[in-house]
Amino acid sequence: MNPLIEINHLSTHFHTGSGTVKAVDDVSFRIHPGETVCIVGESGCGKSITAMSIMGLVEGPHGKVVNGSIQFDGKDLLRISKEELRRIRGNDISIIFQEPMSSLNPVITIGKQIMEPLMIHQRLSKKQAYARALELIELVGIPRAEQIAESYPHQLSGGMLQRIMIAIAISCEPKLLIADEPTTALDVTIQAQVLETLRQSKEQSNMSIMLITHDLGVVAEMADYVIVMYAGKIVEEGEVTELFERPKHPYTQGLLRSKPIIGQRTEELFSIPGQVPNPLELTESCYFHDRCDSCMDICRTRQPELKQVSASQRAACWLYEEEAQHE
Amino acid sequence: MSNLSTREAGRVPDRRVSEAPPSLWRQAIQQLSKNKMAMAGFIFVIFMLVACFIGPLFSPYADGKVNILIKHQPPSAKHWLGTDHLGRDVLTRLLQAGRISLTVGLASMALSMTIGTVLGIISGYYRGIVDQLIMRIADLLFTIPGIPILFIMGFLMSEWKVPTDYRLYLVMVMLSLIGWPGVARLVRSQMLTLREREYMQAADVLGLSDRRKLFHHLLPNVFPLLIVIGTLGIGGAILAESALSFFGLGVMPPTPSWGNMIDAANNLIDFEKRPWLWIPPGLAIFATVIAINVFGDGLRDVLDPKKQTSR
Amino acid sequence: MRTYLLRRCLYMLLILLGASLLIFFLFSLTPGDYVDNNLSLSEERKAELREIYGLNKPVFERYVNWMGNLLQGDLGYSLAQQRPVAQLIQDYIWNSFLLAVVATFFTWFIAVIIGVITAYKQYSLFDTLVMIGIFAAMSIPSFFIGLFLIKVFAVDLKILPPGGMITTGSRAEGWDYIVEVMNHMVLPVAVMVLLGVGSLARYLRSNVLEVIKQDYVRTARAKGLKERTVLYRHALKNAMLPAITLVGFELPGLFSGSIIIEKIFNWPGIGQLYLQSFTVRDYPLLMGFTMLLAVLTVIGTLLSDILYHASDPRVKL
Repeated sequence: MNPLIEINHLSTHFHTGSGTVKAVDDVSFRIHPGETVCIVGESGCGKSITAMSIMGLVEGPHGKVVNGSIQFDGKDLLRISKEELRRIRGNDISIIFQEPMSSLNPVITIGKQIMEPLMIHQRLSKKQAYARALELIELVGIPRAEQIAESYPHQLSGGMLQRIMIAIAISCEPKLLIADEPTTALDVTIQAQVLETLRQSKEQSNMSIMLITHDLGVVAEMADYVIVMYAGKIVEEGEVTELFERPKHPYTQGLLRSKPIIGQRTEELFSIPGQVPNPLELTESCYFHDRCDSCMDICRTRQPELKQVSASQRAACWLYEEEAQHE
Repeated sequence: MSNLSTREAGRVPDRRVSEAPPSLWRQAIQQLSKNKMAMAGFIFVIFMLVACFIGPLFSPYADGKVNILIKHQPPSAKHWLGTDHLGRDVLTRLLQAGRISLTVGLASMALSMTIGTVLGIISGYYRGIVDQLIMRIADLLFTIPGIPILFIMGFLMSEWKVPTDYRLYLVMVMLSLIGWPGVARLVRSQMLTLREREYMQAADVLGLSDRRKLFHHLLPNVFPLLIVIGTLGIGGAILAESALSFFGLGVMPPTPSWGNMIDAANNLIDFEKRPWLWIPPGLAIFATVIAINVFGDGLRDVLDPKKQTSR
Repeated sequence: MRTYLLRRCLYMLLILLGASLLIFFLFSLTPGDYVDNNLSLSEERKAELREIYGLNKPVFERYVNWMGNLLQGDLGYSLAQQRPVAQLIQDYIWNSFLLAVVATFFTWFIAVIIGVITAYKQYSLFDTLVMIGIFAAMSIPSFFIGLFLIKVFAVDLKILPPGGMITTGSRAEGWDYIVEVMNHMVLPVAVMVLLGVGSLARYLRSNVLEVIKQDYVRTARAKGLKERTVLYRHALKNAMLPAITLVGFELPGLFSGSIIIEKIFNWPGIGQLYLQSFTVRDYPLLMGFTMLLAVLTVIGTLLSDILYHASDPRVKL
């Protein structure tokens, strides 16, 4: 099956006063139609920037996609014109952000905000768009659609707003939905509802989802395929069951160990020692080496490449490199 | 002895406060020196001050002697900006007028800052009835727009037959009279927000006296803001004085000011045929005020972190 | 909302009462009056006139009288012009209004465009140039730039009239009259716009800068909206919200005339009348109009408050 979207060697850099930050560093992956891919990692590891790079929304003047290609629908999203990209945004690829409270315009009614992409991309008339907006509001599980359409964002709760964001995102029946930490800002009980809404809308339209999260519970719930990022690079990827059962990279292992398991009592929850390295001070090395239990000499001086380590898993770690074993 | 120990005890948190600002100030100055526009403005203001206060000493025409024989001469090598209707050298007079205009601007701003700060602090710190009284007076002064109220005061000054020598000082007072309510409101609102901050509550816990809280904790925090609005206010004061003097309600001849020099333009022949009489003072006001404003804006960028996003 | 408004109105009245006291006593405690000014009158005639106009009564009684008349809409009688003050104001105020309305319109129009473009292209050459221009405009003495423009455009180039509202002795009617007035308005309006546009554009620019960083602007882009829609619908609407309060403050400016501009351009507006009244000590007119200014300002403040609350769906009283 042909992948829906294929990202190759994507690099996005930010130029700050004190140096260049490689927020996304040579990242490649693909998403197939109908697949849910989860990208996990600690904050600041480049998950969101990857998403923004795909959408062409990396904020200038400091940030810039410097290398790579994003193949989608026979086009390279990094090479097409702004106008062409605009026609894809919100139409073929749409996105949901982390903060539902601030992601909707406070002075425009909910209904109008849902209608906008419908009128632009699907060329619906105002009336048609309004009718469709009401349908969408009900589709994401909010009753009294008409009343909601007339209200302003501050009148709704965070969970409702996030569902409105989903309604906007799926309004044009996109092929790919990017969800950037869609549940992080919400209460736990609401989180489950929002995920359920996401899953339902996926089932109805067979779209692909790229779900960015740091919550492994969400991953287990939603993902088909998992990508683990650390300091701007992919350190491990694989099928969700495989990866959860036999994590290869010490970072993935650490992440999984730090997740609380219900029904299992431990003295203290595990946490990975140390912190994400300062992106300005990265040198040629495995970026995880100073937090790694199995750090070897080579880890400090050379960067491991992402290699096949099992039938469905790839990892970037010297532990699995022939070369390192021989040294 | 007990007196000494309380003083010592009070000094501990104190020193921390007084140690932090110098590095902050140095930082601000460093940042400011990188801002080319602001530095250019600053240098120009200094140049203007030096020229106006020291320049006339080197002029052969500084005595302002009237010589009708050489009246209305256009600019020449001898008189760079020509002569006026009494044969006085316009350049020399321009610099002497600058002395007055700059002094009025600086002094009236200093005065309104002082009044505004003191009243603002009292208002914001003690609140209650004192606050009510001060703020209602400020409201009252705000009901009449700036220019009309200045004109009214200038007119009253003439009606009370104030000698021209004193008018200069009264103009300063007038300008600060309309300047202080704005300053007081700003300081007051700053005080009100600062009061709620944690470190003020900490000061309460430490049992520091009111005066100590005011002068060692609150004032240093309002100070950067005051410097910024003070600087920007000087420009406004110079503009207001010039308008007032131009209409004959501010500083009056023979005391020269940039505003009353432009008065020459009220004479049709001078206006049409002798632009050297009124264009130079206009440009002097313009250049000085723009330099002050650019410098003030640069100051705002480094001293007021909230405003940094705007530029 | 209602109790809030009621409290505001009550406070407004109190402040106006204070303003009326201030205005009345400032003028009435001043030595000299219109009668003094008139040298041709004999002492007896002067006393007679004072008797007629109540100038010899105690100050407090005069205040009560003045105030009582004010409340009935009677602003007094101008001795210098021999006409009721209210009528005089009515005659002149519309000329001022015309000038102010046109100038305000252009000021806002230009400021919005400059504000949005400079914010969108922050740090570009255009932005820098405009910012320098804005600083310059904010630093020019209004009377000087007025004189300067008259000198250049009317005296030297002779392409625009030097002042007034119509050419002296003109009998133009209909369309010709309109064109003539427009011609005379060019320079004063240009000066008023120049003076006002700077600070407003700067204010809007910083608002827009603040707004385009917001998440909802990112959402608008992610929806695939055109950049122009993003800017002028999503960003500008939010950036203009705080500016709406300024509309209230602009209100008194529309009617109060501009003393300086009207004097320089010899525009027959209320500002010029006001300035003339100083020279002839026309106290009734000075007091009446100053009081009107105070009323307008207070209403303007109230209006901006109400507008602010009405415009932002987030703010509820």
